[in-house]
Amino acid sequence: MKDLLKFLKNYKKELVFGPFFKLLEAIFELMVPMVMAKIIDKGIANGDTGYILRMSGLIVVLGVCGLGFALTCQFLAARCAYGFGTELREALYRHINSLSYESIDRIGTSSLVNRLTNDTNTVQNGVNMFIRLAVRAPFLIIGAAVMAVTIDWKLSGVMFIAAPLISAVIFFIMRRTVPMYKRTQQLLDRASTLTRENLEGTRVIRAFSRQQEEIDEFGQAVDDIAESSSAVGRISAILNPVAFMVMDLGIVAILWFGGARIDSGSLTQGQLTAFTNYMTQILLALVVLANLIVIFTKALASANRVSEIFALPSEENGSLVPESSTREIEFRGVSFAYEGAGDTSVKELSFSVKKGEMLGFIGGTGSGKSTAASLIPCFYKATQGQVLVRDTDVLDWNKEELRRIVGSVPQKAVLFTGTVRDNIRWQKADASDEEIISALKTAQAWEFVSAFPEGLDRHIAQGGRNLSGGQRQRLAIARALVGKPEILILDDSTSALDYATDLALRKALKTDLPDTTVVMISQRTTSLKDADLIVVLEDGETAGKGTHQELLESCQVYREIYQSQMNEREGSENA
Amino acid sequence: MLKTLKRVFSYARPYIAYFVLTLVFAGAGISLSLAVPVFIGQAVDCCVSPGNVDFHRLGRIVLTLGTMVLASTLFQWLMSLSTNRLAFMTVRDLRADVFAKLERVPLRYIDSHTKGELTSRVINDIEIVSDGLLQGFTQFFSGIITIIGTLIFMMTINVKIALAVVILTPLSFVVASRITKASHDSYMKQSKLRGDMVSFAEEMAGNQKLVKAFVYGDRAMEGFSKINADYGKIGAKATFFSSMTNPSTRFVNGLIYAVVGLMGALGAVGRSSFIGVMSVGKLSSFLAYSNQYTKPFNEISGVFAELQNAVASAGRVFDVLDEEEIPDDSDKEKLTDANGQLSFKNVKFSYSPKFPLIENFSLDVAPGQRIAIVGPTGCGKSTMINLLLRFYDIQSGQIIVSGKPHTDYTRDSLRSSFGMVLQETWIFTGTVAENIAYGVPEASREQVIAAAKAVHAHGFIKRLPKGYDTQISEDCGLSQGQKQLICIARIMLMDPPMLILDEATSSIDLRTEHRIQRAFTKLMEGKTSFIIAHRLSTIKNSDVILVMNKGSIIEQGSHRQLMEKGGFYAQLYNSQFAS
Repeated sequence: MKDLLKFLKNYKKELVFGPFFKLLEAIFELMVPMVMAKIIDKGIANGDTGYILRMSGLIVVLGVCGLGFALTCQFLAARCAYGFGTELREALYRHINSLSYESIDRIGTSSLVNRLTNDTNTVQNGVNMFIRLAVRAPFLIIGAAVMAVTIDWKLSGVMFIAAPLISAVIFFIMRRTVPMYKRTQQLLDRASTLTRENLEGTRVIRAFSRQQEEIDEFGQAVDDIAESSSAVGRISAILNPVAFMVMDLGIVAILWFGGARIDSGSLTQGQLTAFTNYMTQILLALVVLANLIVIFTKALASANRVSEIFALPSEENGSLVPESSTREIEFRGVSFAYEGAGDTSVKELSFSVKKGEMLGFIGGTGSGKSTAASLIPCFYKATQGQVLVRDTDVLDWNKEELRRIVGSVPQKAVLFTGTVRDNIRWQKADASDEEIISALKTAQAWEFVSAFPEGLDRHIAQGGRNLSGGQRQRLAIARALVGKPEILILDDSTSALDYATDLALRKALKTDLPDTTVVMISQRTTSLKDADLIVVLEDGETAGKGTHQELLESCQVYREIYQSQMNEREGSENA
Repeated sequence: MLKTLKRVFSYARPYIAYFVLTLVFAGAGISLSLAVPVFIGQAVDCCVSPGNVDFHRLGRIVLTLGTMVLASTLFQWLMSLSTNRLAFMTVRDLRADVFAKLERVPLRYIDSHTKGELTSRVINDIEIVSDGLLQGFTQFFSGIITIIGTLIFMMTINVKIALAVVILTPLSFVVASRITKASHDSYMKQSKLRGDMVSFAEEMAGNQKLVKAFVYGDRAMEGFSKINADYGKIGAKATFFSSMTNPSTRFVNGLIYAVVGLMGALGAVGRSSFIGVMSVGKLSSFLAYSNQYTKPFNEISGVFAELQNAVASAGRVFDVLDEEEIPDDSDKEKLTDANGQLSFKNVKFSYSPKFPLIENFSLDVAPGQRIAIVGPTGCGKSTMINLLLRFYDIQSGQIIVSGKPHTDYTRDSLRSSFGMVLQETWIFTGTVAENIAYGVPEASREQVIAAAKAVHAHGFIKRLPKGYDTQISEDCGLSQGQKQLICIARIMLMDPPMLILDEATSSIDLRTEHRIQRAFTKLMEGKTSFIIAHRLSTIKNSDVILVMNKGSIIEQGSHRQLMEKGGFYAQLYNSQFAS
C-alpha cells in the first residue's frame, strides 16, 4: 500500500495546506465554548450587556472565518484526491498493458477491470476523507481534551476514562464486522454471476423451460444476501448508540463531580457549561472518527488489491528485431505447461518452416494445437526448449515488433465498439482505406461490408453483436491481414465459414500474401492439404509430421481423420 | 421523481410493521436523548456558587439522566435494527422481481441489451437504491423527529428564543438546496463519465490478451487517458460542491449558537423584558440544543443529495420491470407426444422491417425425417431455431406442429418437444452431473453416466479432479469441444421427439465427431431432426436438404437429386474437395 503514496507526490501542497486549514477551522471552533463561558461568567454575572453583544459578535466572526477555512480545505482535498486518483488509474492501466499473459491469467480479466475501476475509486475516496476529516477529528478530540484539562485537570479525569472505553468498543465492533462485510460482498458477487449466466444462456433455459428453477435459485441467493447484511447491521448498529451512551454517562459523571468542584470553589458555572460543551464536541468527533475507520479499512483493502497488480512483473522484453532468414519459424524440443496445470500441453515439439510456407496443426480437441501456436508470438514462454523466429529465440525479440509482424486470428472472433475501419486498424493504426479494402477482399469480407450503406463506417456494437458469426470471423481475419503480416496464425478461424468461403479464402491468401508464412490450425484435412508441413498432435505429443501425402502413408492418426472425411464422400457417391 | 419514490415504497409496504417500529423506537430514543439537555441545565442550576450546591437534588437529576441515557441507547439500537430489516427485505424482494422479470421478457429485449447493462441493474442499481433511498429515508424521518423534538424542548425553555431559532432554520435548508442544485449537474456528468470509463475498461482490459496481440496498448492508453483526465476534473468539481454542505450548515449552526447565546444572556441579565427571565442553567440547556440542532439538517441535506442518484437508479430498475412480458399461456393446450410432424406454410419473418429475412417459406416434414439446412453464413439458419422454438414470433404464415398451429400450444410444452444444441455452448456454474441433468433434474447418476458415455464424454469427465462432481463453469478451462460434448450429453439424457442441431459438432475434431455421429444416429432414429451445419459430411444421410441463401430457400431435395441438378448445392459440395 505504501507504493501508492508516490502518486501523492504532486499534491504535497494540498496535502499540507488542506489539513492545515481544517486545523484552523477546528481551533476557531474550540474557542467558541470559551467565549461563551466568558459571556456567562463575566457578561451575565456583571450584567454587562455591551460585553455580551461584543462577545456574541466575536462568535459570529469566528464562525465566518471557520467557514472560509473549511471551504478552502474541501477545495484542496477534492483537487488532491482526484488528482491522485487520476494519476493512480493512469499508472495502473499502463502497468496492466505491460503484463504478460501469465499474469493476466493469474488475476483474471474481470478482476483487472474491477481493480482498475472500483478499487481505485475507493482509495481515492479514502484520500479525500483523510484530508478532510482525519486531521480535524483527532485534533478536535485532542484540542477539546486539552481545553478541558486547562479548565480543571482534576475533572478531566472523567474524560480520560471515557475515551479509551469508546475506543475499545469501536475496535471490537470493527473486528467483528469486517469479515462479515467480506462475506456479504461475496454473496453479491454470486448473485451477479447468476444474473450474467442467466442472460447468456436464456435460450437454453427457455428451451428447457427451467425459468422457475432459476428464479428459485436466485431467490435463495438474495435471501442469503439479506441475512448476511442483517447480521452485519446488527453489530455495526451498536457502534453509534454505545459511543453516545458512554459519552453521555461521562457528562453525567462530570455534572456530579463538577457540582462538588463548584461547591469547593474550584470551578465556576460558566466553566462547567464549557466543560459539557467540550465533552459533546469530543463525542461527535469520536463518532466521525469511527465512521472514518470504516472508510479507511475499505480504502486499505482496495489499496492492497491495487498494489498487488503493481507488484506483478511486467512482461520481459528483449531488444532484437532480426531481419528475415530462411528458417522463419522453428521449434526445438519445445514443451509447455500452463501455470498450475497438472499436465503439459505441448511435449517436445520440434519442426521448422521456411518463409512463405504453410504450416498446419491438426489434432483432436485439447491436443495442444492452439497452445503451440501461441508460443510463436511469445504470448507464453516455453517451459522447455526454444521457439525461434528468424533464427532468433523469441525471448530475445522485442515483443512489440514480434507481434507487429504476426497477425493472429484467435478461435473466438472478438470485435470492438467502433466502425469497421476502426476495428481493422487495430493491427495497423495508419492503414489506408485501400489497404483495408484489400484485406477485406482477401478475407472474403468485402462482399458484405460493401453492401452496408455506410461501408467502412458501419458501426459495430460491443462484441460485434450486430453481425452474424461468419461475418465476425471474416472481419477478424481481415484485421489480421491488413498491412500484410509476415506470419499469419489462423486458429480454427474458419469454423463458422462454409466450404466455399473457406476455399476462396485459402486461394486468396496464396495469391495476395505469397510471402506470408501461414500457420493454420484446423480440424479439416482439406484445409491443410496444401500445407508444406503438417504437424499432427495428440495429447500434446507429435503423432506425425510431414506433407499430406507423407502422413497418409506413415501416420495412422492422420489417416483415420482423413478417411472419415473421404468415406463420407465415397459413401454419398454410392448412395 | 415522486412517482418513482412511491413505487419503491410500495415494495416496502409488506414490511410496514418495521417502519412503524422504526418510528416508535426513533420517537422514544430521540425524545429521551433530547430531554438530556434539559436535565443538564437543571443540574447546572443546582451548582450556583461555592458552598451553594444542592447535592440532594443534583443526585436525583444525575440518576435520572443515567437511566435516560441507557434507555435511549437501547431504543436507538433497536431503531437501527428495524431500519436495516426494512431496507434489506425490500431490496431482496425488488431484486428477486427484476430477475424473475428477465426470465419472462421476450428474447428480443435481452438480445437488444448488453449483459453487463442488465446485470448492473439487478445488482448495482439496487444497491444504490438500498443505500440512498431506504436508509436515507429512515435517516430523513429520524432527522425530522429530532428537529421537531428539539424545537418543542426549546419552546418549553423559552418561547421567544425558540422562535428566533425557527426563523433562522430555513437558512440551513436554503443553503443546502442551493448547493445540491449546483452539484447535481456535475454529479450527472461524473456518473456518465464513470460509465464510459467502466465500459472502456471492460472492453479493453476485459480483452487484454487481444490488446497485447495487436500491440494496441499505446492506443488504448491514449483513449483511457482522455476519459480518465475528464473524469478527474469533473469528479473534483462534484466532490467539492457536495462537500460544501457540512461546513455551510455548521456555519449556520454557529450563527444560531451566537444568537441563542446573545438572547439567552440578555435574558439572564434581566435586561430584556421581551426575552423574559433566563437562568444560566436554562441557557446552557439551550446551547446544548442548538449544538445538536443542525446535525439532523446536515443528515437530511445529505439525504437529498443521495436521493437524486438513488431515484435515477430506481428509475432504471423500474424500466426493466415495466417491460412487456410474454403473455401467460398456461390455458393453452399442452403438446405431449409430438409425432414429429411439422409444416411451414408461407412463413414470413425478419428481425427488423428494414432487413427482410425469411419470405414466403413453405415446407412439409414427415415424422422421423432428417432435414439439413445449409447455405452461406448469415442466410437465416439460426433464425429457423428462433422460430421453431418460438423465441421470436413469425410475422405471417403458420408453423404447424402435430397438426395444429404452434401458437395453439403452451410455449413450455412446445419447447420441451425439441432437443436443442446451439452453436455456442452454455455451461452454468455447477457440477458436471448437474449440467448434464439440466433438462431431466430427477435423472439418476447411472442415467447421467450412460448419456455421457454415449457421447464419448465419459473419458475426459472421469479424468477431471472430482469426476462428475467437479465444479465447472463457462470459463473453467474445459476446451470448447469438451463443453459441447457435455451439452450434447444433456440432450442424450432428455431424449426428446424432435431435434435441432446447430453447428453442434463443428468444434470437435472429425474423429470424435464420427463416433458421436453414430450415437446421434441412434438418437435420431424415428425422430424428426433439423441439422444446421457447414460440414457437408454431416448432411450426407439427410432426407431433405434445404439450401438457403439470403433468407429464402433456393433449392430443396435429397443429396442425389441436388447433385444431379448441378445448381448452387452442387457447387458448394464440390468446393469442399476442390483444391
